[in-house]
Amino acid sequence: MNNSVANTARLLGAGARALLVLTLLCGVLYPLAVTGAAQALLSDKANGSEVRADGATAGSSLIGRRHDLPPRAGQETAEPDLRWFQPRPSNGLGANTVNRQYDLLVSGATNLAGDSEELIEQVKAAKAAVIADNSTPGHRVRPSDIPADAVTSSGSGLDPHISPAYADLQTRRVAARNHLAAGEVERLVEEHTDGRTLGFIGEPRVNVLELNIALKQLVARGGEK
Amino acid sequence: MSPVLAGVLQLLALMAALALAHRPLGDHMARVYGSKRHLRAEKWIYKAIGADPDTEMRWPAYLRGVLAFSVTGVLFLYLLQRLQGTLPGSLGFRSIDPDQAFNTAVSFVANTNWQSYSGEQAMGHVVQTGGLAVQNFVSAAVGMAVAVALVRGFARSRTGGLGNFWADLVRGVVRVLLPISVLGALVLVACGALQNFSGIHEVGQFGGGSQQWNGGAVGSQEVIKLLGTNGGGYFNANSAHPFENPTPLSNLFEVFLILLIPFALPRTFGRLTGSLRQGRAILATMVTIWAGFTALMMWTEFHHGGPAFDLAGGAMEGKETRFGIAGSAIFAVATTLTSTGAVNSFHSSYTGFGGGLEMLGMQLGEIAPGGTGSGLYGMLVMAVIAVFIAGLMVGRTPEYLGKKIGTREIKLAACYLLVTPALVLSLTALSTALPTPRESMLNSGPHGFSEILYAFTSGANNNGSAFGGLSADTTWFNTTIGLAMLLGRFLPMVFVLALAGSLAEQRPVPKTAGTLRTEKPLFTGLLVGTIMIITGLTYFPALALGPLAEGLAS
Repeated sequence: MNNSVANTARLLGAGARALLVLTLLCGVLYPLAVTGAAQALLSDKANGSEVRADGATAGSSLIGRRHDLPPRAGQETAEPDLRWFQPRPSNGLGANTVNRQYDLLVSGATNLAGDSEELIEQVKAAKAAVIADNSTPGHRVRPSDIPADAVTSSGSGLDPHISPAYADLQTRRVAARNHLAAGEVERLVEEHTDGRTLGFIGEPRVNVLELNIALKQLVARGGEK
Repeated sequence: MSPVLAGVLQLLALMAALALAHRPLGDHMARVYGSKRHLRAEKWIYKAIGADPDTEMRWPAYLRGVLAFSVTGVLFLYLLQRLQGTLPGSLGFRSIDPDQAFNTAVSFVANTNWQSYSGEQAMGHVVQTGGLAVQNFVSAAVGMAVAVALVRGFARSRTGGLGNFWADLVRGVVRVLLPISVLGALVLVACGALQNFSGIHEVGQFGGGSQQWNGGAVGSQEVIKLLGTNGGGYFNANSAHPFENPTPLSNLFEVFLILLIPFALPRTFGRLTGSLRQGRAILATMVTIWAGFTALMMWTEFHHGGPAFDLAGGAMEGKETRFGIAGSAIFAVATTLTSTGAVNSFHSSYTGFGGGLEMLGMQLGEIAPGGTGSGLYGMLVMAVIAVFIAGLMVGRTPEYLGKKIGTREIKLAACYLLVTPALVLSLTALSTALPTPRESMLNSGPHGFSEILYAFTSGANNNGSAFGGLSADTTWFNTTIGLAMLLGRFLPMVFVLALAGSLAEQRPVPKTAGTLRTEKPLFTGLLVGTIMIITGLTYFPALALGPLAEGLAS
């Protein structure tokens, strides 16, 4: 009996020492080495791929953010600032709290199923909002023109991209609100559309933050004229 | 180019990359586990452990090594989380509650990485990098060690020795996982994954105001989370988070990392048993099932059945724009057919059939290609069963790789097969029968049932992905899923090692005209059939209540 207790203790001791050594190797040396190399060679990427505009940090090119009007007192959800291109909905986490959507410290999805009443309501509401926001005098957005990404929340809730179709759908509104010609904004969208990597990896997409920064510069110049 | 065509091309590119990589890596692993030489660094490690790496262990000794190492791993990780509040480098996060700390500790040691916490809101640098990421390495190495022990059982004869656990563990980490991780981490960082140690800080943003950013050693943890088929995300959104999986290219690379070692191990098996053709038959079985599942998944997701998806015009809920439907479907199949459980899109928001495929993939026992190590030993147990069934059909004593499959071997294989279904079905039944666990469901009806079935399927099979709607951070789920992960990982290992021991003691039977040719396509077909039928019979009633009911209704 005593023998087996001693054996077990010896074995657990070996296990603990093995864990300690491997923790030193995989939990200390390895991350430090990779971080050192990454900071030396790829510091921009390793620190969050910052985007700069007007000499200041404007955000990360990888992280989506909302472009909202400042919330009024007592308002539950902020309203979108329609001068800017709008990202996808982000109903996963922090829904209904001002400024929590697209907050970097919260990521996640709605996890709602295809037959969920709640998701059906969310999609319906998003469709109605897209139509109301983007219909300009003389041009009404048809429900069949709205791509799926415009009315669904992404997996991370931080999706930095929208589909080219959703960007195109927003150009008339954005042009009107910024007093630009629709053609200029369309060109801007085209310039900021990324195709598939190597022609087949991923999906075509538009980075909303980068597009809005370019838009701001265009507005500052007062259009191309 | 249509999204479907682009998806098919991505799949083909992935297959080509894996086809190129599996041979050299498989051969490398065969050399690693077959070699008598020790690297200098390894000798230091053995000295620190106080173990002689050249001692041959019989199966009980090998098992004791596995268990002792894993027990200390659970204890260490539990304490680390319980003390987080007082440790430096914790970003001000508090200590984790006992039930969640137990669940998380077991989860990472069992190679499951089920997470009932949100990474960015609960875990600081010390726990993430010094605790969780370490288990990502060593739990994968333990899986590979057990697989290699089973392969030695087939390869050796008239001996009790299965190799040395400490040597297999250390070599797996030092010569396989670490080198690939260093390279892979830099690739991911080059794509845009974070790799720093900054705390939570405010960054100015477009149009005024500021955004809170957090840092972390994300790239280095991401790569081993996939390579070791672990799956525990640095952030709550896992590989959907742009800082974990920034671009379409990183996405394809991450799927490649998930499948790399599991698809290379059959080659190692072939090398070590002296018959590459036997390894190829196992590989063919894995590829057949994996490719079939991926095709079905793409079909159902592009077809997007379900009222909300019909209304939206596509199943994009829970999916990222840069990956699209195809990039998400390929990832979802890879992660559920291995024991990974990382997600780049949210499984709960897949179509009814899509969710069913994810569950079925795990219920196959994660053997096509399966987890690092666990995939190979799971598949070899299935091969033993298939040989046995073939033997019954023709009335011969079954044999596999020159070893007789007798009463003892079949008993052990059957016990192996029974562990996870018993855990999954009984705990699911219990959770739906009791009043409180049901309150954790987000969705109602068949999908609500699927959430619970998925949770236990994922836990007991050591996958770790979730139908995220379930609020799993309750004492009930933390405890029961914790037990499912623990028993679902280590009980099968007991049976595998016992089987290995019993095979190693046999003397090989000479091949005759009546021997089943297990290297031929016919056997691959038999094996695929055996796997599908056994899993189907076990889980069909449960699947019918959940995903099938949902899929047929839409």
